[in-house]
Amino acid sequence: MSARSLVHGRAAGPVVKLDDPLSFWGGFDSASGKVIDRFHPQHGACLSGAILFMARGRGSSSGASVLAEAIRLGTAPAAIILLEDDAIIATGALVAQMLYGIDCPVAAIGDPAEWHSLSALPRLGIDAGAEAVRITRPG
Amino acid sequence: MDLTQAERDMMQGLQGPAAADALGLVVRFAEAVGADRLLPCASAHVDGCLYHGQASLDFVERFVALGGRVKVPTTLNVGSVDLIHPELFIGDPALGAAGKRLMQAHVELGCTPSFTCAPYQTLLRPNFGDQLAWAESNAIVFANSVIGARTNRYGDFIDLACALTGRVPDYGLHRTENRRAGVIVEIVGLEDAGTDLAGGIAVAAGLFIGRECGDTIAAITGLPASTSEDDLKALGAAAASSGSVAMFHAVGLTPEAPDLDAATGGREVPVSARLGAAEIAAILARLGTVPDGAPLTAVALGTPHFSLSEFDRLMPMLNLAPFAVPVYINTGRHEWDRLLADGRAAGLEAAGVTVVVDTCTYVTSIIRDLSGTVMTNSGKWAYYAPGNLGVDVAFGTLADTMLSARAGRVVRA
Repeated sequence: MSARSLVHGRAAGPVVKLDDPLSFWGGFDSASGKVIDRFHPQHGACLSGAILFMARGRGSSSGASVLAEAIRLGTAPAAIILLEDDAIIATGALVAQMLYGIDCPVAAIGDPAEWHSLSALPRLGIDAGAEAVRITRPG
Repeated sequence: MDLTQAERDMMQGLQGPAAADALGLVVRFAEAVGADRLLPCASAHVDGCLYHGQASLDFVERFVALGGRVKVPTTLNVGSVDLIHPELFIGDPALGAAGKRLMQAHVELGCTPSFTCAPYQTLLRPNFGDQLAWAESNAIVFANSVIGARTNRYGDFIDLACALTGRVPDYGLHRTENRRAGVIVEIVGLEDAGTDLAGGIAVAAGLFIGRECGDTIAAITGLPASTSEDDLKALGAAAASSGSVAMFHAVGLTPEAPDLDAATGGREVPVSARLGAAEIAAILARLGTVPDGAPLTAVALGTPHFSLSEFDRLMPMLNLAPFAVPVYINTGRHEWDRLLADGRAAGLEAAGVTVVVDTCTYVTSIIRDLSGTVMTNSGKWAYYAPGNLGVDVAFGTLADTMLSARAGRVVRA
């Protein structure tokens, strides 16, 4: 599989796929874990504990702070699976790992077909290591 | 990742635990963006002084506790409070206190307490070709475009980590081949526009490239000959508000674009748009949310922070005082010191103008009456304030805003 691990860690949970990229800054509430961008198609959706599929990042670099704060508060997604690398999302998850020892693995799957087919599953497990990313369907 | 011996030593802790920790983050970030090595950087500009929650403070306090010091000259972007005029802050006191501690913790790491979004004006002007680790969208565009220094769009956490290590990842705009224009935007028939109009044309061009060019670098031709450095600052700030622009070329005006060939690196590049007076006026009209003649509650200038040359242009317009509505101008504390020393601060005060330093009226609670329309000459302020503050906004040139401040409603010069 053509996945790259941006932030290592293991997680499992229900899949939530965002139809549009989300800016965590201004678009996501770290207190509630919900999408608050009123122009986003999934406005109001709760992302806490989800294996979040989002094609790419969007918006201000302050999104890294909002994501790190959400990971601290336990309201963040359990893992984020991107199509394209995103430095802002990776930074937020790396900093939360550094400060709080909480993993929110982030991976980028370069192949759109593969990303789409995985995003259609109801639940997933992810194990993002230094060498490889393993994605499993929990039994 | 190909690290030098000095970098491996830093990673091992030979320069202290804070540098080792910060380098770990820089390296993992570099891997995430696909860089093969790090570069030494000449300076950093850190945008860590706006409080986005406990994680903002925990990150900085970790490096304070580890005894960290920045390894290169490091300026700080605006904070949540005006430390020189704290009485102007009217927001939640707990947030004000957290924001103040965030600012002080950065100073304890050796950052210069500049608290400005325009460090390139009077404080720390980079040299052409310098590699930088800069945050703050307008400062990034200015450094790349107007100075010809090199930085990517750094931001939260990474800016400070680069400052604590003196290293940036070698990718993107640090590399010559990624700094060429991929698209041309022609401004048509406005070469002879005067100084006041040039400001509006620059804002319109900036909003346009932000919206239409994505992260493809635009070469803009045909800007008025009267376009000043302040106008290019406004152009970049507008472009970085309506889109994720990190660099533009203004052909004949910016250092990497003495002519179109230099801007494009000699490649054939498509013309994406031709903007004449009518298109420019339409772009600017869409920026406002009220019609001309609408009553105002305030005028907000200085986003990005007003330069000394902008104060030069403004001072004669103070003859229009008394103003019917409050006039707020954001600037840096280093500019403010100059204004105090040369007597202009007293002139501004006599005209009833409120000068705000260390912060900005669109990110924090300063403007007392937000019930109506605020007029500005800043594309960036006009773009963000309706969302951030819930105000209506009117856009005009500097002359428009001051005439409107006198009239108490939107009028044009």
